[in-house]
Amino acid sequence: MDLTFSEREAAFRDELRGWLEENPPDPKPENGDEAALSEWRRAWQRRLYDAGWAAPSWPTEYGGRGCTPTESAIYFEEIGRARVPLAANVLGLLLGGPTLMAWGTDEQKERYLPPILSGEEIWCQGFSEPEAGSDLAGLKTRAVKDGDEWVVNGQKVWTSGAQVSKWCMLVARTDTDVPKHKGLTYFLMDMEQDAVQVRPLRQITGEAEFNELFIEDARIPDANVVGGVGNGWQVALTTLMNERAGLGFALQIRLRQLLDDVIEAAERRGLLEDPLYADALADLHMRCESIRLLAWKGLSDVERYGQPGPEGSLVKWLWSETNQRLTQLSVDIVGTDVLKAGSDWSYELLRARGNTIEGGTTEVLKNIVAERVLGLPRLKVAA
Amino acid sequence: MDFGLTDDQREIQRTARELLAERARPERVREHAEAGRSDEQLWRELCELGWPGIAVAERHGGQGLGSIELSILCEELGSTVAAVPFLPSVLASTLIEHAGSPEQHERLLPALASGESKGALGVAVEGVAELVVGGSEADVIVLVEEDSGARVMSAAQAEIGASPSIDPTRSCARVSAPADGGEPLEGEVAAGMDRALVAVSSELVGVCDRALKMTVAYVKERRQFGVPVGSYQAVSHRCAQMLLETEQARSTTAYAAWAADADPERLAEAAAMAKAAASDAGREVTASAIQAHGGIGFTWEADVHWLYKRAQLDAALLGAAKHHRARLAGVLAERLSAHVS
Repeated sequence: MDLTFSEREAAFRDELRGWLEENPPDPKPENGDEAALSEWRRAWQRRLYDAGWAAPSWPTEYGGRGCTPTESAIYFEEIGRARVPLAANVLGLLLGGPTLMAWGTDEQKERYLPPILSGEEIWCQGFSEPEAGSDLAGLKTRAVKDGDEWVVNGQKVWTSGAQVSKWCMLVARTDTDVPKHKGLTYFLMDMEQDAVQVRPLRQITGEAEFNELFIEDARIPDANVVGGVGNGWQVALTTLMNERAGLGFALQIRLRQLLDDVIEAAERRGLLEDPLYADALADLHMRCESIRLLAWKGLSDVERYGQPGPEGSLVKWLWSETNQRLTQLSVDIVGTDVLKAGSDWSYELLRARGNTIEGGTTEVLKNIVAERVLGLPRLKVAA
Repeated sequence: MDFGLTDDQREIQRTARELLAERARPERVREHAEAGRSDEQLWRELCELGWPGIAVAERHGGQGLGSIELSILCEELGSTVAAVPFLPSVLASTLIEHAGSPEQHERLLPALASGESKGALGVAVEGVAELVVGGSEADVIVLVEEDSGARVMSAAQAEIGASPSIDPTRSCARVSAPADGGEPLEGEVAAGMDRALVAVSSELVGVCDRALKMTVAYVKERRQFGVPVGSYQAVSHRCAQMLLETEQARSTTAYAAWAADADPERLAEAAAMAKAAASDAGREVTASAIQAHGGIGFTWEADVHWLYKRAQLDAALLGAAKHHRARLAGVLAERLSAHVS
């Protein structure tokens, strides 16, 4: 056991921290719409890209730095610590790129990877549907072969960045005669066609991070199938496995910062002396530390044994519930500011409700833990 | 960042696991618990293997290994709820090693390290410590009292009255000593106590781990309404929650054990976190184990209750979760004021 970083890792952290201090993003556009915010994040990605910091975990042959998983985690901790925005094409960098590296043809890698990295082409993710959330494999969007093209019809939801995206990682049903996991295919769909309509989805914070996609006779060339027809579920799993791998470290740091802010507010108001608040804050501190430890332990297991231990499925669950507890407690500690419309605190309070739903609901995570980690039997339900 | 054990540590873990699977079977634990006496034969075997001295310096007759190795043994013993006074004995030797003088080390540690003498650690209020685990059979007793430090005494110097707890796998006693009884331990009492907390937390991790394993095995087998009860989410999600709590306790305890050896400056905070997490987990996980076992879990025969009882004692031992969270809040406040000034 050695819970310190190697000299090489520490040097990596120092280099990145130094760079981030000297190269801050432009000021965030005030009251900017989605497009303006996206442009701002695109310019930020360009700056990261020019300095070789857009996707350090990508192999060098694709323009990354070939970072180890530990260095990649350090990267996200520092991105979180510096409170800089995520790159505009975060989904392309974290999900699309690695999925193509695993499943794409040489032509696909050559065509798509460079503009993902530079931020020239933004990617979005078309997985969830109104009737296929946790039960993703039950999705209904259909793709039918027509010559050397596919014609797609259906509806997708929770698609962030759809308005500014060039490509959509789309999973659609190409065969209705086989069990539901087997009839799926993974496509890259061009978003710049009239057959794809984007409608912003207003969420409880009032903003629209996500969208609905209405797809009516959209066309996708056969060359844009990733990983083979009928293999969409496997390819999608690669995408989903990458979903939380790196970002978790940035979220963990963000939680730490928010907790530090709440502790400071408690100190200012003399509430750290109050045993009830002290108890609650110490418990949050302990949870926050155990999230950090479990995240690093998961990574250490991956590096040591090639696969994560049970921690992997626990980190997101614990993080989301802790963030909800913390933001709820902030109402009592920080005070009325948290309930004022438009305050940063109010945003945190409301946004936290999504944490236990997005990227796998807590209920589904518990199922995964019960079935895959503990080996408990699965209840047979009507198909 | 590497959370893995070394080959040697793995070997210690494997040996302990194999030995205890054989020598601390549930029926044997039950037999000793019902008779209200320790398993002397097992204790002698552990002593032959040098377990009580695993973390004691070699010059004092120990193996000179660290908190991580001690933690491994505590966890394995906890998971079997073995009826031996291992934990109380190492708590006493830990305090003596960190807070005692060289002369006290030489005089007291070799016998504790070999297991020839047994130890116990009590937290006293005005000279009286209630429910001192291992107190009835201890030869050496360390009493810690808030504001007046720690002192060590022989059993003869204290007034000891058997005071059985709800956990009969280990003896308990009421220990009282006159204000001038025993001799003071004038060194690093806090550092010793933090290491003692790591040992107790490790035992709790073992208790949780076993409670979860027993529960998972049971709910896979037990059928109601034609299906294994573990297929119901009300049951399986409870098991998932048990794992979450166990892993929180395990990760914070591992961190504290590592800090004790490698980064003592962070030990006070890490030990408080570990004891808070492990105490909560111990109570919750073993209570859930009884619930998930249903009626059978409430019976004497099912053996789940030994884990619940051990967890109750350990959770309260050297301060329960709330006590350590209060300490932790103190650390947070101090850190803030250091930051400001």
